[in-house]
Amino acid sequence: MSASQQYAVVRFSPASRIAAVVAVLVLIALACAPWWAGRADMRLLSELFLYMALASLWNLLAGYAGLVSVGQQAFVGFGGYCLLALTIFFGFSPLIAIPIAGIAGALVSIPVAVLIFRLRGAYFAIGTWVIAEVFRLTAAQISALGGGSGTSLPVTVVKSIAASRAMREATTYWMALGIVVLVLALVCVLLRSRRGVALTAIRDNELASQSLGIDIWRAKFFVYVVTGALTAAVGALIFLQKLRISPDAAFSVNDWTAFVIFIVVIGGIGTIEGPIIGTIIFFLLRETLADLGALYLMILGLVAIVIMLHAPKGIWGYVREKTDLDLFALSRRVVVRGASQQPENIENKENAHEPQAT
Amino acid sequence: MDWVNAIIQGILLGGLYALFAAGLSLIFGVMRLVNIAHGDLIVLAAFLGLTVTTTLGINPLLSIVIVAPVMGLIGYALQRLVLNRTLGDDILPPLLVTFGLSVIIQNGLLELYSADPQKMSAGAIETASVGLPGGLNIGVLPMLMFATAIVVIGGLQWIFYRSAWGRAFRATSDNQDIAQLMGLNKSHVFGLAMALALVVVAIAGIFLGVRTSFDPSAGPGRLIFGFEAVIIGGLGNLWGTLVGGIILGVCQNIGAQINPGWQLLAGHIAFLVILAIRPRGLFPRIDG
Repeated sequence: MSASQQYAVVRFSPASRIAAVVAVLVLIALACAPWWAGRADMRLLSELFLYMALASLWNLLAGYAGLVSVGQQAFVGFGGYCLLALTIFFGFSPLIAIPIAGIAGALVSIPVAVLIFRLRGAYFAIGTWVIAEVFRLTAAQISALGGGSGTSLPVTVVKSIAASRAMREATTYWMALGIVVLVLALVCVLLRSRRGVALTAIRDNELASQSLGIDIWRAKFFVYVVTGALTAAVGALIFLQKLRISPDAAFSVNDWTAFVIFIVVIGGIGTIEGPIIGTIIFFLLRETLADLGALYLMILGLVAIVIMLHAPKGIWGYVREKTDLDLFALSRRVVVRGASQQPENIENKENAHEPQAT
Repeated sequence: MDWVNAIIQGILLGGLYALFAAGLSLIFGVMRLVNIAHGDLIVLAAFLGLTVTTTLGINPLLSIVIVAPVMGLIGYALQRLVLNRTLGDDILPPLLVTFGLSVIIQNGLLELYSADPQKMSAGAIETASVGLPGGLNIGVLPMLMFATAIVVIGGLQWIFYRSAWGRAFRATSDNQDIAQLMGLNKSHVFGLAMALALVVVAIAGIFLGVRTSFDPSAGPGRLIFGFEAVIIGGLGNLWGTLVGGIILGVCQNIGAQINPGWQLLAGHIAFLVILAIRPRGLFPRIDG
């Protein structure tokens, strides 16, 4: 027998097949939430979905493209302000304003990327923060949108989503669920594609991937623009739910970046599962500890530091190290045909997070 | 005359920004570490100064004698116990750990001191000024800050290039392994560098607290000013941070002169313009 008959490269494993089935069932159950969940539960779930989307996007940026940004609030706030501007000034329906906010986010992220890609590593991180500050201070200058004190979404705009209150709440809930599914699907498709392989190569070793002919600047630029667009769309949805915007809330580094970073670090950076698990843990912690106020945030900071020092791959990284489990079919594994009782899937685990050599 | 005044005040304000930046520049130069909690440490020093001043009833400027060594010790302990473990080829751990630290310091200060803005009063020196021809008045306190910035940066420059400590800093910065072979303890050298950086942070924090009111959430803003001054001046160049601070201060004051809402925006835009035309800063020494 020749080698090509003996070995096969597979992506789906039994675990990822089961996970896919479970995911579809969970999704169906969640889509039916307006019929079984209360109003408060739906609000909480929507918020959870939106954080999950933000965390997955930040993870794509930092965990895969090596672009550690602490300024993603720039795009959240930008999306939020786009929503208000488009609905108030141009009379767009919020349902159309959200995708337009995403396109606007992509357009604005292009010059931003050209400028701040000149900064490397940690200086890039603070550079993104400066950009977010510029956005915040600029938003505070727009007096038509309330300047520094902000403004509310007009009642007519809110009513244009749907006539009844229950239907409006269900619509915004479905949009939040829809966007997290969209984001996760896009991240999956992106990472499975040729570009995704290039990204993982860059993540593992920038110098080596460059010598293999990968255009690093372009690969990172592409990810930055895609995340910028989707983050802006998520931002528009966030403020469609909040119904009120102000520069400080829209461009808050704590709400839209610090929490998101904690979610990804705790869940496991550089994995798709990490942000999902991290978001669920973050919301469990928040629902039980939020009464502690500032102390709760200190605990969160401490947990993130301890995880970064002792288990830098986060919870999912730890689980995968122990069990070799992949819930999303991303890694290519080599298996021996006819020896399926003991699959040898050791090689080419390209999605295992390796420290980046510079 | 208003414009001349705005520019002069901006130059003097630049001294304070250079103090914010000097510590950041020093630790990046020695261990390639960017400390996201730098601004929060400045605010922590200001609160420490406030506590010392109110309990001992002394002038805030004198409280430096106590705050500086305390911050130095905090710096050494922080570096040895936490930050040294994060250093390596991967840039994520130091970034995320100092980010966590920033959140802890901010909320810790919030628990201890509440969110109310505080200010330290330095007495008559705050309002004292020197008259210049043409009706200009220059405050004694801003001048003192600017002079301190020059002395601090000159001192750091001397330590870095003339003293045994500085030799150890530069050697470890050039090649950590060979420095270890030559008998330097890398962890200790990094601890000393962080201690020195936090002594500068203490001075910056006290001046911040005397000049303006401050609250637990003021840290990130100070980090950004310091960072902009470092990048404008050029990475690794200590005198460059003074020039960077001055450019930032002058642009902010000119912006404020045009429209009060543009003060901070003008500073950020100046930074972005310099990043666009001279990405490595005005006087770069090392690669980022």
